[in-house]
Amino acid sequence: MKRRSATLVAAPWLFTVGFFLLWEIACRAFKVSSFVLPPPSLIFAAMGQFAGPLTYHSLHTLWMTLAGFGLAILFGLLLGIALGASRLVQVGTYPLLIGFNAIPKVAVVPILVIWFGVGWLPPVLTAFLISFFPIVVNVATGIATIEPETEDVLRALGASKWDIVRKVGIPRSMPYFFGSLKVAITLAYVGSVIGEYNASNVGVGNLMARASADFNVPLLFAALMALAILGVVIYLLTVWVERRMTGWAQRSNFAAA
Amino acid sequence: MAGVRAPFVALDDVTHVYPGAEDGAPAVESLSLAVGEGEFVAIVGPSGCGKSTVMKLATGLQFPVLGTVTVAGERVTAPVKLAGMAFQNPTMLPWRTTLQNLLLPLEIVEPHRSAIRRRKAEYVAKAEGLLTQVGLKGQGERYPWQLSGGMQQRASLCRALIHEPKLLMLDEPFGALDAFTREELWCVIRDLHAARGVTVVLVTHDLREATFLADRIFCMSARPGRIVAERVVDLARPRDLEVTYTPAFVGIVQELRAHIAQARIAA
Ligand SMILES: Nc1ncnc2c1ncn2[C@@H]1O[C@H](COP(=O)(O)OP(=O)(O)OP(=O)(O)O)[C@@H](O)[C@H]1O
Ligand SMILES: [Mg+2]
Repeated sequence: MKRRSATLVAAPWLFTVGFFLLWEIACRAFKVSSFVLPPPSLIFAAMGQFAGPLTYHSLHTLWMTLAGFGLAILFGLLLGIALGASRLVQVGTYPLLIGFNAIPKVAVVPILVIWFGVGWLPPVLTAFLISFFPIVVNVATGIATIEPETEDVLRALGASKWDIVRKVGIPRSMPYFFGSLKVAITLAYVGSVIGEYNASNVGVGNLMARASADFNVPLLFAALMALAILGVVIYLLTVWVERRMTGWAQRSNFAAA
Repeated sequence: MAGVRAPFVALDDVTHVYPGAEDGAPAVESLSLAVGEGEFVAIVGPSGCGKSTVMKLATGLQFPVLGTVTVAGERVTAPVKLAGMAFQNPTMLPWRTTLQNLLLPLEIVEPHRSAIRRRKAEYVAKAEGLLTQVGLKGQGERYPWQLSGGMQQRASLCRALIHEPKLLMLDEPFGALDAFTREELWCVIRDLHAARGVTVVLVTHDLREATFLADRIFCMSARPGRIVAERVVDLARPRDLEVTYTPAFVGIVQELRAHIAQARIAA
């Protein structure tokens, strides 16, 4: 029993190290040009060499992502509550929302550049635009699916619509909300990097745009690696917050079993 | 003794069609019943006959297409604000502790609503008192999902009672419980009714339960629901569980069973 859990703890590390080892071996065995696919050793070397700029740009990207994500949470909660609480708002805004969600957000970046120029706003707004939708949908679902009997109990006490949304709808939509954050944060991250790539002078996206113009392939991959690490950190943070906030929703052993 | 008092809840020639009903067929049709203040009535009938619908009509959660509903002398045009309800499903909120669940009605009903901060300690004491009465002493800090089904059902009863409602609506509250727990809770309800003089409407499938608890029992026909029989239970109060083995009790249960069987055949 004890040994099995130790294996489980070690497994992610073993698989990760194994993955890079395979990559390294494959690059050497097949003599892949480092211009096409640099081996991990070269990438890590580049990460060391460019540690300063990588950190600087990563922090900027993190900042852009969190700003856009914060906006998405604020707006997503408000719109989600409105949609969940009011059938009228839900039916009325449905075509608009679906239409808006269908637009690939990359296509919006040029418009953002025209409006706001090159700078921090386009990445933040791209992150926001791309990530609020899942939050809205999840919060609205959580509120709209209140059990009719719970609603009856409260209405028979004279509770207003808003009372029911506040006392039941919002708390019960929290697991949906935090669940959607895991999706939204990943999307926001994609959005900010796209925004930086096209319309910023800083950030990992911008660093990659410049590295690719210079054909600096190891730096390009080093930046990718930095994105991966940062992405994992952001994701884990969201999961941690979710666990902290909605312990009551994880009362079943289903996921653990 | 029933029927002498002015009716507290009255449904007068009521027909109800749910807006969502595909066939537009009424759930209840030309149904009349009256409940006196402080009276305990039970409603029995085949499944799907409209018992829950009667509950919703009487509390203003649904409005009839024909006929009138009156509660406490006033025509019902909005949810009545004085009812406590409990269902087969305990509907406790899982993110609140049992005690916090009990306090929920007080956060909604005036005058408690505006006083909830000031009088918190008093309300908590009251909730704990109720929990003790139903045999849940010291369970208030646990979450409802950490309690057994029967315990949750008891808590749900407490929640229905905490704001001292004039009207208690119970829709198959013991449906999901085992026979022993059920009989135990019958006694809890019996004592609460005796102590507070609250008007109770109980929907149930269990004819023994109806006979043990109620002053009067209404039998409903199959859908569309109507009252096909009314039986006054003249067993002396206070009743205890022994009474369920007396011939008089068994006679009433059998009589009710015959009514229900007939209602089902008619369908
Ligand atoms: N929200 C609703 N929309 C449409 N039809 C409904 C709705 N609720 C109930 N009905 C219909 O009204 C009829 C009566 O339902 P009701 O829930 O009152 O039955 P019941 O007597 O409580 O049944 P049970 O004993 O199984 O709980 C049923 O035929 C049901 O299909
Ligand atoms: Mg029912």
